[in-house]
Amino acid sequence: MLEITDLHAEVAGKPILKGLSLTVNAGEIHAIMGPNGAGKSTTGYVLGGRPGYTVTGGSVTYDGQDLLALEPHERAAAGLFLGFQYPVEIPGVSNVQFLREALNAQRKARGQEPLSGGEFLKLAREKAGLLRMDMDMLKRPVNVGFSGGEKKRAEMVQMGILDPKLAILDETDSGLDIDALRICGEGINAIMRKPDKAVVLITHYQRLLDYVKPDFVHVLAGGRIVKSGGPELALTLEREGYEAVV
Amino acid sequence: MSASPLPTRKDEDFRYADLAALERVWPVAVETIALGAGESRALVIVPEGGQVARQLAITLAPGARFDLRVLNAGHAYGRVALDVRLEAGANFTLGAAQVGGGAEVLEIVTNVVHAGPDAQSRQVIRSVLGGQATGTYLGKVLVARGADGTDGEQSVRAMLLERTATANARPELEIYADDVKCAHGCAVGELDATGLFYLESRGLPPAQAKRLMLQAFLAEAFVGAEAEEELNAAALAALEALL
Repeated sequence: MLEITDLHAEVAGKPILKGLSLTVNAGEIHAIMGPNGAGKSTTGYVLGGRPGYTVTGGSVTYDGQDLLALEPHERAAAGLFLGFQYPVEIPGVSNVQFLREALNAQRKARGQEPLSGGEFLKLAREKAGLLRMDMDMLKRPVNVGFSGGEKKRAEMVQMGILDPKLAILDETDSGLDIDALRICGEGINAIMRKPDKAVVLITHYQRLLDYVKPDFVHVLAGGRIVKSGGPELALTLEREGYEAVV
Repeated sequence: MSASPLPTRKDEDFRYADLAALERVWPVAVETIALGAGESRALVIVPEGGQVARQLAITLAPGARFDLRVLNAGHAYGRVALDVRLEAGANFTLGAAQVGGGAEVLEIVTNVVHAGPDAQSRQVIRSVLGGQATGTYLGKVLVARGADGTDGEQSVRAMLLERTATANARPELEIYADDVKCAHGCAVGELDATGLFYLESRGLPPAQAKRLMLQAFLAEAFVGAEAEEELNAAALAALEALL
């Protein structure tokens, strides 16, 4: 589904990714772990197409197409979802209006009919319920006044509504208390653990992986994957630290 | 019809005005609105015409409430000027949105006098400007001697879609009373790039993401208006013509 080959990228002229390669197949969950400054968030932003993150070499193929040639909204319509480490506040724009417009824009790009207001609200209510989020919160402006944990749960509600094929989740576990961590973990499983979908979890810690069991764990350091293994690698890292492994 | 001579640049209210454009619409008739004690009224002004200037003189007797909303959009030259006088306990709300592109010049000029105590005035101005357009707000709040308990607020923000557009914002306070609460804030900026990327990453094409953010920005001028929905729809139509 996703084939990253020898990816090089820089931010403000500073090289961050230096030869990152990774293959993700449908039905798989991958965890990318690594110390601060390793390039974890940059990986997410480059895949999402954030302006200012310049690819200087390598390739990314997603579902047989050149992902890097697509605009951010085209990547979303193609089924990519980027979960933000710091979800952005958009004053004045309600979650419901934003997500309905976003979903219908994606559907239009895929040649599907738009969802009516009623159909959309039914879908939103179902996904909000999955993340135990009150519908009233979805009527409020996007992320404005939400706590750190509420923002992350709202991200997962967005993911549920948009129903992507590939989710790149950047530190979804940061800022979560124990209960919210479990709710988000269960949400990720319910929405994304399917034979035709895949997830890349970017995280510092093992704890999210207790709920979302990865098939593969990779260590990112110095802008490239330096070690890959099964779920046991995350436990080794937690016990021995990155320095012992990198 | 006012017979006053054409103002000059020396006149503070007209310092930023497009005097050549103003000359074409001069003289401007003064529309008078007088609310009696305790009276309450709402008014929406959407100026019409390529070159248009409106001048209102508003007097609010004790306890009167006046809610004015303005959508100033799509004029080669569009100017709305207000003189407002508040007696004791009166309440004045102005919510104005300006949307301009091309070489349009849009101006809101207010002169609000708190003549009696315990009156409130609240002005919210939101401008979206593209091309070489100019959007101006000149707003003076004068609190007369003895007008204690005054609560005055001016919130002025402008969004520039291109670096070639211009926003002038000049909130001004003149206070001769002691016990007064007057707040004013003004900011000129561009759309938040991170916010735009966030919306686009969810599937909104760039133009739609922009439109959504600007729509929300302008809507701040119409919060609480009787005709809030209609005003938001009209502002959206003006935005769509601009984007």
